[in-house]
Amino acid sequence: MSTDSRFDGPGPDDVWRDALRQERFLIQRCRNCERHRFPPALVCAACGGSDLVWVEASGRGVVYASTVVREREGSYNVALIDLAEGARLMSRVDGLAPEAVRIGMSVTARIETAPEPILLFHATDGGVL
Amino acid sequence: MSSSLRGRAAIAGVGNTKRWNAPGRTPFDQLQEAVVLALEDCGLGLKDVDGLFCAISSSGLPVLNVAERLGLKVRHADGTMVGGASFLFHLQSAVAALENGLCDVALICYGSNQLSAGGRLVSMPDPQPYETPYRARYPISSYAFAAARHMYEYGTTRENLADVALAARAWANLNPDAFARGPLAREEILASRMVSDPLTRADCCLVTDGGAALVITRADRAKDLKSQPIYVLGTGVAVSHRQIAAMPDLTTTAAVESGRRAYAMAGVKPTDIDHVMVYDAFTITTLLFLEDLGFCAKGDGGAFVSSGATAPGGGLPVNTNGGGLSCNHPGMYGLFTVIEAVEQLRGRCGERQVEGAELALAHANGGVLSSQATAILGTATTL
Ligand SMILES: [Zn+2]
Repeated sequence: MSTDSRFDGPGPDDVWRDALRQERFLIQRCRNCERHRFPPALVCAACGGSDLVWVEASGRGVVYASTVVREREGSYNVALIDLAEGARLMSRVDGLAPEAVRIGMSVTARIETAPEPILLFHATDGGVL
Repeated sequence: MSSSLRGRAAIAGVGNTKRWNAPGRTPFDQLQEAVVLALEDCGLGLKDVDGLFCAISSSGLPVLNVAERLGLKVRHADGTMVGGASFLFHLQSAVAALENGLCDVALICYGSNQLSAGGRLVSMPDPQPYETPYRARYPISSYAFAAARHMYEYGTTRENLADVALAARAWANLNPDAFARGPLAREEILASRMVSDPLTRADCCLVTDGGAALVITRADRAKDLKSQPIYVLGTGVAVSHRQIAAMPDLTTTAAVESGRRAYAMAGVKPTDIDHVMVYDAFTITTLLFLEDLGFCAKGDGGAFVSSGATAPGGGLPVNTNGGGLSCNHPGMYGLFTVIEAVEQLRGRCGERQVEGAELALAHANGGVLSSQATAILGTATTL
Protein backbone atom coordinates (compact mmCIF):
# COMPACT_ATOMS: atom_id res chain seq x y z
CA MET A 1 0.00 0.00 0.00
CA SER A 2 1.18 3.48 -0.77
CA THR A 3 -1.41 5.44 1.22
CA ASP A 4 -0.25 8.25 3.49
CA SER A 5 -0.18 6.93 7.07
CA ARG A 6 -1.00 10.35 8.51
CA PHE A 7 -4.57 9.80 7.37
CA ASP A 8 -4.93 6.16 8.41
CA GLY A 9 -7.79 5.03 10.63
CA PRO A 10 -11.42 6.09 10.76
CA GLY A 11 -12.37 9.50 9.36
CA PRO A 12 -13.08 12.46 11.67
CA ASP A 13 -16.88 12.18 11.46
CA ASP A 14 -16.65 8.53 12.55
CA VAL A 15 -14.30 9.30 15.41
CA TRP A 16 -16.60 12.03 16.68
CA ARG A 17 -19.75 9.90 16.47
CA ASP A 18 -18.08 6.97 18.21
CA ALA A 19 -16.94 9.23 21.04
CA LEU A 20 -20.42 10.69 21.41
CA ARG A 21 -21.81 7.17 21.72
CA GLN A 22 -19.38 6.70 24.63
CA GLU A 23 -20.69 9.97 26.12
CA ARG A 24 -17.55 11.91 25.30
CA PHE A 25 -17.61 15.34 23.60
CA LEU A 26 -14.48 15.67 21.47
CA ILE A 27 -13.31 18.55 19.31
CA GLN A 28 -10.22 18.98 17.20
CA ARG A 29 -7.26 21.24 17.93
CA CYS A 30 -4.75 22.27 15.26
CA ARG A 31 -1.17 21.48 16.24
CA ASN A 32 0.05 24.26 13.97
CA CYS A 33 -2.06 27.26 15.06
CA GLU A 34 -3.66 25.88 18.28
CA ARG A 35 -7.16 26.84 17.09
CA HIS A 36 -10.08 24.48 17.71
CA ARG A 37 -12.54 23.43 15.06
CA PHE A 38 -16.00 21.95 14.82
CA PRO A 39 -17.52 20.14 12.96
CA PRO A 40 -14.72 17.63 12.45
CA ALA A 41 -12.61 17.76 9.29
CA LEU A 42 -9.23 16.69 7.96
CA VAL A 43 -7.77 20.18 7.83
CA CYS A 44 -7.67 23.31 9.93
CA ALA A 45 -9.92 25.97 8.35
CA ALA A 46 -7.96 28.69 10.14
CA CYS A 47 -4.43 27.97 8.90
CA GLY A 48 -4.77 25.20 6.33
CA GLY A 49 -2.71 22.77 8.37
CA SER A 50 -3.56 19.08 8.34
CA ASP A 51 -2.22 18.05 11.74
CA LEU A 52 -5.30 17.97 13.95
CA VAL A 53 -5.51 16.28 17.32
CA TRP A 54 -8.63 15.24 19.28
CA VAL A 55 -9.17 16.83 22.68
CA GLU A 56 -11.97 16.63 25.26
CA ALA A 57 -14.14 19.74 24.94
CA SER A 58 -14.57 21.70 28.16
CA GLY A 59 -18.33 21.68 27.52
CA ARG A 60 -18.53 25.34 28.51
CA GLY A 61 -20.10 27.77 26.10
CA VAL A 62 -22.13 30.93 25.55
CA VAL A 63 -25.30 31.30 23.50
CA TYR A 64 -24.39 33.20 20.31
CA ALA A 65 -27.90 33.17 18.83
CA SER A 66 -31.19 31.51 19.66
CA THR A 67 -34.53 30.84 18.00
CA VAL A 68 -37.80 29.14 18.91
CA VAL A 69 -39.14 26.84 16.23
CA ARG A 70 -42.93 26.97 16.34
CA GLU A 71 -44.54 23.72 15.31
CA ARG A 72 -48.14 22.61 15.74
CA GLU A 73 -46.96 19.88 18.10
CA GLY A 74 -45.15 22.42 20.26
CA SER A 75 -42.23 24.82 20.31
CA TYR A 76 -38.59 24.07 20.91
CA ASN A 77 -35.28 25.87 21.10
CA VAL A 78 -32.46 25.78 18.58
CA ALA A 79 -29.30 27.72 19.42
CA LEU A 80 -25.83 28.49 18.16
CA ILE A 81 -23.29 27.99 20.94
CA ASP A 82 -19.83 29.51 21.06
CA LEU A 83 -17.64 26.99 22.88
CA ALA A 84 -15.03 28.27 25.33
CA GLU A 85 -12.43 26.77 22.95
CA GLY A 86 -13.63 29.08 20.16
CA ALA A 87 -15.60 26.79 17.86
CA ARG A 88 -19.30 27.38 17.22
CA LEU A 89 -21.96 24.72 16.85
CA MET A 90 -25.70 24.25 16.56
CA SER A 91 -27.51 22.64 19.47
CA ARG A 92 -30.49 22.99 21.80
CA VAL A 93 -30.59 24.53 25.25
CA ASP A 94 -32.87 22.40 27.43
CA GLY A 95 -34.20 22.76 30.93
CA LEU A 96 -35.94 26.09 30.49
CA ALA A 97 -38.65 27.55 28.28
CA PRO A 98 -37.41 27.87 24.69
CA GLU A 99 -38.14 31.62 24.75
CA ALA A 100 -36.03 32.02 27.91
CA VAL A 101 -32.79 31.10 26.11
CA ARG A 102 -30.95 34.38 25.62
CA ILE A 103 -27.92 35.53 23.69
CA GLY A 104 -24.97 35.71 26.06
CA MET A 105 -26.28 33.05 28.43
CA SER A 106 -23.64 30.67 29.85
CA VAL A 107 -24.36 27.06 29.01
CA THR A 108 -22.84 23.64 29.69
CA ALA A 109 -22.84 20.61 27.41
CA ARG A 110 -24.38 17.29 28.26
CA ILE A 111 -24.87 14.16 26.18
CA GLU A 112 -28.13 12.29 25.96
CA THR A 113 -27.76 8.73 24.73
CA ALA A 114 -31.36 7.70 23.99
CA PRO A 115 -32.95 7.26 21.59
CA GLU A 116 -29.90 8.47 19.63
CA PRO A 117 -26.76 10.02 21.11
CA ILE A 118 -27.12 13.81 20.95
CA LEU A 119 -25.13 16.76 22.26
CA LEU A 120 -27.31 19.22 24.20
CA PHE A 121 -26.73 22.18 26.51
CA HIS A 122 -28.31 23.52 29.67
CA ALA A 123 -28.00 26.88 31.39
CA THR A 124 -24.89 26.80 33.56
CA ASP A 125 -26.38 28.58 36.55
CA GLY A 126 -30.04 27.83 36.07
CA GLY A 127 -30.44 30.44 33.36
CA VAL A 128 -29.58 33.60 35.30
CA LEU A 129 -27.53 35.95 33.13
CA MET B 1 -6.40 42.51 -13.91
CA SER B 2 -10.11 42.10 -13.17
CA SER B 3 -10.87 45.64 -14.34
CA SER B 4 -10.03 44.50 -17.87
CA LEU B 5 -13.39 42.72 -17.93
CA ARG B 6 -15.34 45.95 -17.32
CA GLY B 7 -17.95 46.41 -20.04
CA ARG B 8 -16.47 43.64 -22.21
CA ALA B 9 -19.73 41.63 -22.17
CA ALA B 10 -23.34 42.66 -22.30
CA ILE B 11 -26.72 41.21 -21.51
CA ALA B 12 -28.27 41.09 -24.96
CA GLY B 13 -31.54 39.38 -24.14
CA VAL B 14 -33.72 38.62 -21.13
CA GLY B 15 -36.58 36.16 -20.74
CA ASN B 16 -39.06 35.98 -17.89
CA THR B 17 -42.07 33.64 -18.05
CA LYS B 18 -43.94 35.55 -15.31
CA ARG B 19 -45.91 32.32 -14.78
CA TRP B 20 -45.86 32.34 -10.99
CA ASN B 21 -48.49 29.63 -10.60
CA ALA B 22 -48.52 27.27 -13.57
CA PRO B 23 -49.73 23.77 -12.76
CA GLY B 24 -48.84 21.18 -15.36
CA ARG B 25 -45.46 22.68 -16.16
CA THR B 26 -42.15 21.18 -15.07
CA PRO B 27 -39.13 23.29 -14.05
CA PHE B 28 -37.68 22.50 -17.50
CA ASP B 29 -40.85 23.78 -19.20
CA GLN B 30 -40.50 27.10 -17.38
CA LEU B 31 -36.81 27.23 -18.25
CA GLN B 32 -37.34 26.48 -21.94
CA GLU B 33 -40.00 29.15 -22.31
CA ALA B 34 -37.71 31.72 -20.67
CA VAL B 35 -34.89 30.73 -23.04
CA VAL B 36 -37.11 31.19 -26.10
CA LEU B 37 -38.18 34.61 -24.83
CA ALA B 38 -34.59 35.69 -24.09
CA LEU B 39 -33.34 34.62 -27.52
CA GLU B 40 -36.27 36.37 -29.24
CA ASP B 41 -35.52 39.49 -27.19
CA CYS B 42 -32.09 39.76 -28.81
CA GLY B 43 -32.85 38.17 -32.16
CA LEU B 44 -30.60 35.15 -31.78
CA GLY B 45 -31.55 31.48 -32.04
CA LEU B 46 -30.79 28.28 -30.19
CA LYS B 47 -28.28 27.39 -32.92
CA ASP B 48 -26.22 30.44 -31.90
CA VAL B 49 -25.86 29.35 -28.26
CA ASP B 50 -22.51 27.70 -27.54
CA GLY B 51 -22.16 28.35 -23.81
CA LEU B 52 -24.65 27.00 -21.23
CA PHE B 53 -24.90 28.02 -17.59
CA CYS B 54 -27.64 26.63 -15.38
CA ALA B 55 -28.63 25.28 -11.99
CA ILE B 56 -31.94 23.73 -10.97
CA SER B 57 -33.08 22.80 -7.45
CA SER B 58 -34.51 19.47 -8.54
CA SER B 59 -31.71 18.29 -10.82
CA GLY B 60 -28.18 17.23 -10.01
CA LEU B 61 -27.25 17.25 -13.72
CA PRO B 62 -28.81 20.48 -14.97
CA VAL B 63 -26.43 21.12 -17.87
CA LEU B 64 -27.16 17.71 -19.40
CA ASN B 65 -30.91 17.93 -18.94
CA VAL B 66 -31.13 21.45 -20.36
CA ALA B 67 -28.75 20.85 -23.29
CA GLU B 68 -30.73 17.78 -24.33
CA ARG B 69 -34.07 19.55 -24.24
CA LEU B 70 -32.82 22.62 -26.11
CA GLY B 71 -30.73 20.60 -28.56
CA LEU B 72 -27.62 22.58 -27.64
CA LYS B 73 -24.17 21.47 -28.78
CA VAL B 74 -22.27 23.68 -26.38
CA ARG B 75 -18.50 24.04 -26.24
CA HIS B 76 -18.50 25.57 -22.76
CA ALA B 77 -20.73 24.86 -19.74
CA ASP B 78 -20.91 25.65 -16.04
CA GLY B 79 -23.40 24.07 -13.65
CA THR B 80 -22.07 25.65 -10.46
CA MET B 81 -24.64 25.17 -7.70
CA VAL B 82 -24.39 27.55 -4.76
CA GLY B 83 -28.11 28.07 -4.21
CA GLY B 84 -29.97 31.19 -5.27
CA ALA B 85 -26.77 33.10 -6.10
CA SER B 86 -25.72 30.48 -8.66
CA PHE B 87 -26.80 32.54 -11.66
CA LEU B 88 -24.64 35.52 -10.71
CA PHE B 89 -21.72 33.15 -10.27
CA HIS B 90 -22.63 31.96 -13.77
CA LEU B 91 -22.66 35.56 -15.00
CA GLN B 92 -19.08 36.13 -13.84
CA SER B 93 -18.05 32.82 -15.35
CA ALA B 94 -19.82 33.67 -18.64
CA VAL B 95 -18.11 37.05 -18.90
CA ALA B 96 -14.72 35.39 -18.48
CA ALA B 97 -15.56 32.60 -20.93
CA LEU B 98 -16.75 35.08 -23.57
CA GLU B 99 -13.66 37.25 -23.14
CA ASN B 100 -11.40 34.24 -23.60
CA GLY B 101 -13.25 32.89 -26.61
CA LEU B 102 -14.46 29.73 -24.88
CA CYS B 103 -17.91 30.62 -26.20
CA ASP B 104 -19.58 33.38 -28.23
CA VAL B 105 -23.17 33.29 -27.02
CA ALA B 106 -23.74 32.43 -23.36
CA LEU B 107 -27.12 31.34 -22.03
CA ILE B 108 -27.91 31.50 -18.30
CA CYS B 109 -31.24 29.91 -17.42
CA TYR B 110 -33.49 28.63 -14.65
CA GLY B 111 -36.95 27.22 -14.09
CA SER B 112 -39.04 26.07 -11.16
CA ASN B 113 -42.48 24.69 -10.36
CA GLN B 114 -42.04 25.09 -6.63
CA LEU B 115 -45.55 26.41 -5.97
CA SER B 116 -47.60 24.18 -8.24
CA ALA B 117 -45.59 21.11 -7.21
CA GLY B 118 -46.75 21.51 -3.63
CA GLY B 119 -45.24 24.67 -2.22
CA ARG B 120 -42.32 23.04 -0.46
CA LEU B 121 -38.76 24.18 -0.92
CA VAL B 122 -37.17 21.68 -3.27
CA SER B 123 -33.55 21.04 -2.52
CA MET B 124 -31.01 18.46 -3.59
CA PRO B 125 -29.79 15.89 -1.07
CA ASP B 126 -27.18 17.58 1.10
CA PRO B 127 -27.09 15.95 4.54
CA GLN B 128 -25.92 18.06 7.48
CA PRO B 129 -25.44 15.57 10.34
CA TYR B 130 -24.32 18.22 12.85
CA GLU B 131 -27.50 20.28 12.37
CA THR B 132 -30.25 17.82 11.46
CA PRO B 133 -30.72 16.37 15.00
CA TYR B 134 -31.78 19.81 16.31
CA ARG B 135 -34.63 20.18 13.79
CA ALA B 136 -33.99 23.79 12.86
CA ARG B 137 -36.46 24.79 10.15
CA TYR B 138 -34.51 25.01 6.91
CA PRO B 139 -33.72 27.63 5.82
CA ILE B 140 -35.70 30.06 7.99
CA SER B 141 -34.07 29.27 11.35
CA SER B 142 -30.65 30.19 9.97
CA TYR B 143 -31.95 33.60 8.91
CA ALA B 144 -33.73 33.89 12.27
CA PHE B 145 -30.34 33.56 14.00
CA ALA B 146 -29.00 36.40 11.85
CA ALA B 147 -32.05 38.53 12.63
CA ALA B 148 -31.73 37.80 16.36
CA ARG B 149 -28.07 38.83 16.30
CA HIS B 150 -28.87 42.00 14.34
CA MET B 151 -31.49 42.92 16.92
CA TYR B 152 -29.10 42.16 19.77
CA GLU B 153 -26.14 44.07 18.36
CA TYR B 154 -27.87 47.02 16.67
CA GLY B 155 -31.31 47.35 18.24
CA THR B 156 -33.09 46.41 15.02
CA THR B 157 -36.79 45.81 15.64
CA ARG B 158 -39.55 43.67 14.21
CA GLU B 159 -41.08 46.95 13.01
CA ASN B 160 -37.93 47.58 10.93
CA LEU B 161 -38.30 44.12 9.38
CA ALA B 162 -41.99 44.74 8.72
CA ASP B 163 -41.05 47.93 6.86
CA VAL B 164 -38.90 45.87 4.47
CA ALA B 165 -41.99 43.83 3.57
CA LEU B 166 -44.08 47.00 3.29
CA ALA B 167 -41.63 48.64 0.88
CA ALA B 168 -41.56 45.48 -1.23
CA ARG B 169 -45.34 45.43 -1.40
CA ALA B 170 -45.50 49.12 -2.30
CA TRP B 171 -43.24 48.41 -5.30
CA ALA B 172 -45.23 45.28 -6.20
CA ASN B 173 -48.36 47.40 -6.29
CA LEU B 174 -46.74 49.34 -9.16
CA ASN B 175 -45.84 46.12 -10.99
CA PRO B 176 -48.76 44.44 -12.78
CA ASP B 177 -46.65 41.26 -13.05
CA ALA B 178 -46.08 40.88 -9.30
CA PHE B 179 -47.68 37.84 -7.67
CA ALA B 180 -48.60 39.46 -4.34
CA ARG B 181 -50.37 42.78 -4.80
CA GLY B 182 -52.87 44.74 -2.76
CA PRO B 183 -52.90 46.62 0.51
CA LEU B 184 -50.69 45.46 3.36
CA ALA B 185 -50.51 47.04 6.81
CA ARG B 186 -47.62 47.03 9.26
CA GLU B 187 -49.97 45.66 11.96
CA GLU B 188 -50.90 42.77 9.67
CA ILE B 189 -47.23 41.83 9.26
CA LEU B 190 -46.51 42.13 12.97
CA ALA B 191 -49.51 39.94 13.77
CA SER B 192 -48.42 37.25 11.33
CA ARG B 193 -47.74 33.75 12.67
CA MET B 194 -44.30 33.30 14.24
CA VAL B 195 -42.36 30.52 12.49
CA SER B 196 -38.85 30.73 13.91
CA ASP B 197 -38.37 33.66 16.30
CA PRO B 198 -38.02 36.50 15.48
CA LEU B 199 -39.19 35.76 11.93
CA THR B 200 -42.86 35.36 11.04
CA ARG B 201 -44.56 34.09 7.94
CA ALA B 202 -44.69 37.69 6.66
CA ASP B 203 -40.89 37.94 6.89
CA CYS B 204 -40.56 35.09 4.35
CA CYS B 205 -40.36 35.36 0.60
CA LEU B 206 -43.14 34.01 -1.59
CA VAL B 207 -43.27 30.49 -2.93
CA THR B 208 -43.98 30.64 -6.67
CA ASP B 209 -43.20 28.98 -9.96
CA GLY B 210 -41.21 30.80 -12.63
CA GLY B 211 -38.57 30.74 -15.32
CA ALA B 212 -35.86 33.19 -16.30
CA ALA B 213 -33.02 33.42 -18.82
CA LEU B 214 -30.26 35.76 -19.97
CA VAL B 215 -28.34 35.81 -23.23
CA ILE B 216 -24.85 37.31 -22.92
CA THR B 217 -22.45 38.17 -25.72
CA ARG B 218 -19.30 40.20 -26.09
CA ALA B 219 -20.14 43.92 -26.06
CA ASP B 220 -19.19 44.52 -29.72
CA ARG B 221 -21.70 41.92 -30.87
CA ALA B 222 -24.44 42.95 -28.44
CA LYS B 223 -24.65 46.46 -29.82
CA ASP B 224 -25.71 45.12 -33.23
CA LEU B 225 -28.47 42.89 -31.81
CA LYS B 226 -32.17 43.61 -31.57
CA SER B 227 -32.58 45.00 -28.05
CA GLN B 228 -30.66 47.62 -26.07
CA PRO B 229 -27.57 45.93 -24.61
CA ILE B 230 -26.95 46.28 -20.89
CA TYR B 231 -23.26 46.13 -20.08
CA VAL B 232 -21.71 44.04 -17.34
CA LEU B 233 -19.45 46.57 -15.65
CA GLY B 234 -18.51 44.56 -12.60
CA THR B 235 -19.00 41.18 -10.97
CA GLY B 236 -17.92 39.74 -7.66
CA VAL B 237 -18.58 36.47 -5.87
CA ALA B 238 -17.75 35.08 -2.44
CA VAL B 239 -18.54 32.00 -0.37
CA SER B 240 -18.26 31.78 3.39
CA HIS B 241 -19.88 28.59 4.75
CA ARG B 242 -22.49 25.91 4.22
CA GLN B 243 -24.01 25.49 7.69
CA ILE B 244 -25.08 28.59 9.56
CA ALA B 245 -22.95 27.65 12.60
CA ALA B 246 -19.87 28.03 10.40
CA MET B 247 -20.68 31.63 9.42
CA PRO B 248 -18.03 33.78 11.11
CA ASP B 249 -20.25 36.77 11.99
CA LEU B 250 -24.01 36.49 11.47
CA THR B 251 -24.50 40.22 11.00
CA THR B 252 -21.85 40.67 8.29
CA THR B 253 -22.16 38.57 5.13
CA ALA B 254 -19.70 37.76 2.37
CA ALA B 255 -21.59 40.39 0.32
CA VAL B 256 -18.92 42.73 1.69
CA GLU B 257 -16.36 40.83 -0.40
CA SER B 258 -18.50 40.19 -3.49
CA GLY B 259 -19.54 43.85 -3.44
CA ARG B 260 -15.98 45.10 -3.05
CA ARG B 261 -14.90 43.03 -6.03
CA ALA B 262 -17.81 44.20 -8.20
CA TYR B 263 -17.32 47.87 -7.30
CA ALA B 264 -13.59 47.59 -8.00
CA MET B 265 -14.13 46.04 -11.43
CA ALA B 266 -16.82 48.58 -12.33
CA GLY B 267 -14.87 51.51 -10.90
CA VAL B 268 -17.95 52.88 -9.14
CA LYS B 269 -19.09 53.39 -5.58
CA PRO B 270 -22.43 52.84 -3.81
CA THR B 271 -23.46 56.50 -4.15
CA ASP B 272 -23.16 56.20 -7.95
CA ILE B 273 -25.82 53.45 -8.16
CA ASP B 274 -29.29 54.48 -9.42
CA HIS B 275 -31.16 51.24 -8.85
CA VAL B 276 -30.60 48.35 -6.44
CA MET B 277 -31.82 44.76 -6.41
CA VAL B 278 -30.93 42.66 -3.36
CA TYR B 279 -32.15 39.12 -2.81
CA ASP B 280 -34.87 39.37 -0.16
CA ALA B 281 -35.33 35.75 0.84
CA PHE B 282 -36.32 37.05 4.26
CA THR B 283 -36.83 40.63 5.41
CA ILE B 284 -33.53 40.55 7.34
CA THR B 285 -31.53 39.89 4.16
CA THR B 286 -32.50 43.24 2.65
CA LEU B 287 -31.05 44.99 5.70
CA LEU B 288 -27.87 42.90 5.71
CA PHE B 289 -27.15 43.43 2.01
CA LEU B 290 -27.92 47.17 2.01
CA GLU B 291 -25.38 47.49 4.83
CA ASP B 292 -22.79 45.09 3.42
CA LEU B 293 -22.95 46.69 -0.04
CA GLY B 294 -22.36 50.14 1.42
CA PHE B 295 -25.76 51.79 0.97
CA CYS B 296 -25.92 52.51 4.70
CA ALA B 297 -23.67 51.91 7.69
CA LYS B 298 -23.52 48.51 9.44
CA GLY B 299 -26.43 48.34 11.86
CA ASP B 300 -28.35 51.22 10.25
CA GLY B 301 -30.30 49.06 7.78
CA GLY B 302 -33.46 49.05 9.90
CA ALA B 303 -33.59 52.82 10.33
CA PHE B 304 -32.67 53.30 6.66
CA VAL B 305 -35.58 51.18 5.40
CA SER B 306 -38.01 52.52 8.01
CA SER B 307 -37.22 56.06 6.81
CA GLY B 308 -38.84 55.14 3.49
CA ALA B 309 -35.56 55.52 1.58
CA THR B 310 -35.98 52.28 -0.35
CA ALA B 311 -39.73 52.48 -1.04
CA PRO B 312 -41.37 54.21 -4.02
CA GLY B 313 -40.60 57.92 -3.74
CA GLY B 314 -37.48 57.31 -1.60
CA GLY B 315 -33.92 58.22 -2.49
CA LEU B 316 -32.71 54.69 -3.28
CA PRO B 317 -35.09 52.49 -5.28
CA VAL B 318 -34.60 48.92 -3.99
CA ASN B 319 -36.29 45.74 -5.26
CA THR B 320 -38.57 47.63 -7.62
CA ASN B 321 -40.30 44.53 -8.99
CA GLY B 322 -41.60 43.80 -5.49
CA GLY B 323 -38.75 41.43 -4.69
CA GLY B 324 -38.89 37.87 -3.49
CA LEU B 325 -41.26 39.09 -0.81
CA SER B 326 -44.00 40.32 -3.15
CA CYS B 327 -43.11 39.73 -6.84
CA ASN B 328 -41.99 36.12 -7.17
CA HIS B 329 -39.72 33.54 -5.59
CA PRO B 330 -39.41 30.31 -7.54
CA GLY B 331 -36.99 28.51 -5.22
CA MET B 332 -33.82 30.22 -6.44
CA TYR B 333 -34.57 33.88 -7.19
CA GLY B 334 -31.12 35.26 -8.08
CA LEU B 335 -31.62 35.58 -11.83
CA PHE B 336 -34.68 37.78 -11.31
CA THR B 337 -32.56 40.46 -9.61
CA VAL B 338 -30.58 40.81 -12.85
CA ILE B 339 -33.70 40.75 -15.03
CA GLU B 340 -35.34 43.61 -13.14
CA ALA B 341 -32.08 45.60 -13.28
CA VAL B 342 -31.96 45.13 -17.08
CA GLU B 343 -35.62 46.12 -17.45
CA GLN B 344 -35.04 49.28 -15.39
CA LEU B 345 -31.91 50.26 -17.34
CA ARG B 346 -33.83 49.76 -20.58
CA GLY B 347 -36.61 51.98 -19.24
CA ARG B 348 -39.30 49.33 -19.73
CA CYS B 349 -40.80 49.39 -16.22
CA GLY B 350 -43.94 51.53 -16.62
CA GLU B 351 -45.31 52.88 -13.37
CA ARG B 352 -42.37 51.63 -11.29
CA GLN B 353 -39.70 52.98 -13.68
CA VAL B 354 -36.74 54.63 -11.97
CA GLU B 355 -36.33 57.84 -13.97
CA GLY B 356 -32.99 58.09 -15.72
CA ALA B 357 -31.57 54.86 -14.31
CA GLU B 358 -28.15 54.29 -15.92
CA LEU B 359 -26.32 52.22 -13.30
CA ALA B 360 -27.82 49.28 -11.40
CA LEU B 361 -26.58 46.81 -8.82
CA ALA B 362 -28.02 43.29 -8.59
CA HIS B 363 -27.10 41.13 -5.64
CA ALA B 364 -27.94 37.49 -4.97
CA ASN B 365 -27.65 35.21 -1.97
CA GLY B 366 -27.52 31.42 -1.76
CA GLY B 367 -27.89 28.76 0.91
CA VAL B 368 -28.11 30.29 4.37
CA LEU B 369 -26.23 33.55 3.71
CA SER B 370 -23.61 31.13 2.36
CA SER B 371 -22.83 32.36 -1.15
CA GLN B 372 -22.94 35.98 -2.27
CA ALA B 373 -22.68 37.44 -5.76
CA THR B 374 -22.89 41.01 -6.97
CA ALA B 375 -23.25 42.38 -10.49
CA ILE B 376 -23.04 46.01 -11.56
CA LEU B 377 -24.79 46.75 -14.82
CA GLY B 378 -24.97 49.89 -16.91
CA THR B 379 -26.29 51.47 -20.09
CA ALA B 380 -23.95 52.52 -22.92
CA THR B 381 -23.46 55.92 -21.28
CA THR B 382 -21.70 54.28 -18.32
CA LEU B 383 -19.04 52.57 -20.45
ZN1 LIG C 1 -4.51 25.71 12.21
